Amino acid sequence: MSVIPRSSLVTYVIGFVLSLLLTISAFMLIMNHTLSGNEAIIAIVGLAVVQLFVQLFFFLHLGRESKPYWNLSVLLFAAGVIAVIIGGSLWIMRNLDYNMMTPEETKVYMHNHEGL
Amino acid sequence: MIDQIKATTDDTRVTFGFWVYLMTDAVLFASLFATYAVLKGNTFGGPGGGELFDLPFVLVETLLLLTSSFTAGLMMLAVHARRKTQVLAWLTVTFILGLSFLAMELSEFTQLVNEGNSWSRSGFLSAFFTLVGTHGLHILSGLIWLVVLMTQIMRQGLADSVIRRLTLFSMFWHFLDVIWIFIFTIVYLMGVL
Repeated sequence: MSVIPRSSLVTYVIGFVLSLLLTISAFMLIMNHTLSGNEAIIAIVGLAVVQLFVQLFFFLHLGRESKPYWNLSVLLFAAGVIAVIIGGSLWIMRNLDYNMMTPEETKVYMHNHEGL
Repeated sequence: MIDQIKATTDDTRVTFGFWVYLMTDAVLFASLFATYAVLKGNTFGGPGGGELFDLPFVLVETLLLLTSSFTAGLMMLAVHARRKTQVLAWLTVTFILGLSFLAMELSEFTQLVNEGNSWSRSGFLSAFFTLVGTHGLHILSGLIWLVVLMTQIMRQGLADSVIRRLTLFSMFWHFLDVIWIFIFTIVYLMGVL
């Protein structure tokens, strides 16, 4: 049986403040057009992932278990399933879009990608 | 120094089981995110995220929900201290914040529909309403659960079974804020790029 240590006020306050900072940073980056395009996407997704870990640790107490790490194991398994679902869907749909272009779309694609 | 108090064996099993349920819910949301990612460009000549999303509005929604997750945590601290009145107070605050979030979201949806930008307008909007709407339904369920728990506290005090349910509720509520992190990032912030 895992022993789960109790949290304190400090834990929640730190989690809250960090989450606030991460949230506001992400919004400011976009609203102020500080970054754009791919840089912006990488930045805000990065901030989101960090906030995920912050909330998992400080709010959901995920780092606290002692062995065996059941909660963590189930989370990692679910993460794997999620990676397959999202990654797999994007891969399949990209492939479909490429293979099922209409003549008009083909013209546009050839012009943009092959310089024709 | 971290306080090391063991949870009872029964409670550990129940909370673990609920955690597994939350993981399956995460997989559900993942499929909705995948669908949204595939369809976000399919605006069918209609408006996309850039035209429809109001970021300051979404920021306020986000802060409301984040704060409610924080107050749910404070509620659990009050539970550990067995301070019934404080528990009820934090539950009330959490409820008000959550309800405000939902009211804002409902107003956003209503405006979209009234403008003619409902879920049947385009694939993008279908995916948007499904993903964000499902999250909203989860929030609504949580709010109903919250009220039921408050009634149980008022009737039975902080009984062991009530404490167990409050723990599960707080896990659920934190989880919904985690999902929202990805909704505001991928749907709203990326939507205007």
